[in-house]
Amino acid sequence: MIEVRFHGRGGQGAVTAARLLAVAAFKEGKYVQSFPMFGIERRGAPVMAFLRMDDKQIRIRSQVYEPDAIVVLDDKLIKAVNVCEGLKSGGMGVINTKRKPSEIGFKDIKMATVDATSIAVKHGLGSKAAPIVNTAILGAYARAAEEFGVGKIGIDSIVKAIMESVPSKPNENADVAKEAYEKSIFA
Amino acid sequence: MKNPFSHEVKIVGKITVGARITQPGNSMEYKTGSWRSYKPIIDKEKCKKCGICVTYCPDASIKRTEDIPVIDYDYCKGCGICAIECPSHAIIMKPEV
Amino acid sequence: MKQVIEGNQAVAIGAKLCRPKVIASYPITPSTHIPELISEFVANGELDAEFINVESEHSAISACLGAQATGVRTFTATGSQGLALMHEILYVAAGMRLPIVISVANRSLSAPLNIWGDNCDTMAERDSGWLQFHSERNQDALDLVIQAYKIAENKEVLLPAMVTIDAYSLTHTYEIVDVPSQEEVDAFLPGYKPLHACLDPENPITQGACAMPEDYMEFKYAQQKAMQTAEKVVDDVFEEFENKFGRKYRKIEPYRTDDAEIILLTMGSMTGTAREAVDKLRERGTKVGLAKITVFRPFPKKELITVTKGANLLAVIDRNISLGLGGATFADVSSAYINAADRPLILNTILGLGGRDPTVENFCEIVDRSKEVMKTGKVERPVEWINVRKEDVT
Repeated sequence: MIEVRFHGRGGQGAVTAARLLAVAAFKEGKYVQSFPMFGIERRGAPVMAFLRMDDKQIRIRSQVYEPDAIVVLDDKLIKAVNVCEGLKSGGMGVINTKRKPSEIGFKDIKMATVDATSIAVKHGLGSKAAPIVNTAILGAYARAAEEFGVGKIGIDSIVKAIMESVPSKPNENADVAKEAYEKSIFA
Repeated sequence: MKNPFSHEVKIVGKITVGARITQPGNSMEYKTGSWRSYKPIIDKEKCKKCGICVTYCPDASIKRTEDIPVIDYDYCKGCGICAIECPSHAIIMKPEV
Repeated sequence: MKQVIEGNQAVAIGAKLCRPKVIASYPITPSTHIPELISEFVANGELDAEFINVESEHSAISACLGAQATGVRTFTATGSQGLALMHEILYVAAGMRLPIVISVANRSLSAPLNIWGDNCDTMAERDSGWLQFHSERNQDALDLVIQAYKIAENKEVLLPAMVTIDAYSLTHTYEIVDVPSQEEVDAFLPGYKPLHACLDPENPITQGACAMPEDYMEFKYAQQKAMQTAEKVVDDVFEEFENKFGRKYRKIEPYRTDDAEIILLTMGSMTGTAREAVDKLRERGTKVGLAKITVFRPFPKKELITVTKGANLLAVIDRNISLGLGGATFADVSSAYINAADRPLILNTILGLGGRDPTVENFCEIVDRSKEVMKTGKVERPVEWINVRKEDVT
């Protein structure tokens, strides 16, 4: 079983990102479970969402304490929250930032970074102040998963999930996922 | 008096399901006049036939007629509202013996 | 068709497939998505029904009661304080024998204010005369709503029913649910034909009348008999559902109990996590199994005794507390065995109140404690709270 934890701020779409990735994995024949951090969401406050995927039925329902991968939608969260908490050794991290993985300073983590904010803004998703980066980060996830062999979900499945489930601007959202897939950085 | 909950279309047993009452108007069989301890009596001389007692009677036990109203003592519980409301003070409440 | 949906969606879709004619609802976390979705179904024409916005849960259930009494199928959703506010009318609906179906998102009761999961809310309504069905997964939520209508409306039963889903761990969790087609559900659950309670000017009746001491007890006895009859009807409906949809439901569902010395008794969404614990402990050679309560009212005494036959210890796990006693399930389970010749030791564990996460380790801890008790054969503390900071309460 692969467990992924998403970190974002209320309103950025971390919960939707986890759900879209679940739908994409479902399209690849996997069993999936995705849920938000249980409780109250406030715009701007740090939030988490979770994804489990497996080849067999998922029965466990406790929260995710030791994820295989983390996805961070806002690099400023790294100062506020220990995003690596409980991450399995050799786990994977995907971070939305203008910086390179080596500049983040995490150790023992397979890292990918992507400037999801710029990509999202370029395609008109959200505003500069409040860009919607959740679909872009999924493109980066697909690429990182491929590169590192952790929790692989194909970019095609992600694009399909976006086209089916995103109510507004599905084409633009699909485009940003594809562009982020191309522009992910690993070193 | 017939048990109001008994019913010809029974689903379970002798009582209706969910305490439905299936005979409309069965309260006619229940003569509540026996509850009365004070009996309203209309004074023919004082009554102006205004009908206020008919309106106020909570049990619809006072009927209008060509003459003065008539109280149905089968159902009048003797609450005394008619006596209080009568503008001509034509109704007196007399203890039942 | 298989879809990735959250528990609230599963309930809303399940209810829609049953074609209720009146839905009256008041939002409350974490069940708000249910009326939101159903109101969309009504607005976009997917569901031909009247959606009534009401000003409280007391009104919601009252509106459902009134509508059901005119002779149509009704639905509402609530949880926690909302269910508590319905309390008065729940008894009325049961006494009037109106087969209303509602869903309850199991959430703790205030105070302190807490919006997270436990099932104190439904347990507080166990004496109200409602059938109770508890879901382990989102699929159960959808399937049980459909089956609940069929059981509730059976002419030998005619009792209202509640279907529960745990706050967040089901309500807000997306997973794969096989959604049946409208045709399949129509074939299983035909339109509602009121047998006893309907508004018909040709045949006027009084509903909700007064019953004097010389009649009241007969009506309560009739409700109790209907509950007993429901035991059989539940089995029949579960079987028919399995034949049509291929998914098997049981009042008490055993898991690896065959040679089990210790059996965990669970309910709701914690069961999945407990199954993981059972598998883990089995790998280490511990003879442990699990029994899940799906139907809590009528309480499946016979099935429980059958499933636990041969076990040395039954560990009853409650995500609720009847203050001054112990877990609500524990009390019921104990009463089931009271006259049984052969019964296991019975332990009770309270966990997961107010959304505290039940983990695999919690269930392993319960088994460890059970093993200790089995060594001596004596139960010194029948009720134990775990994963709680006792040291903070002095």
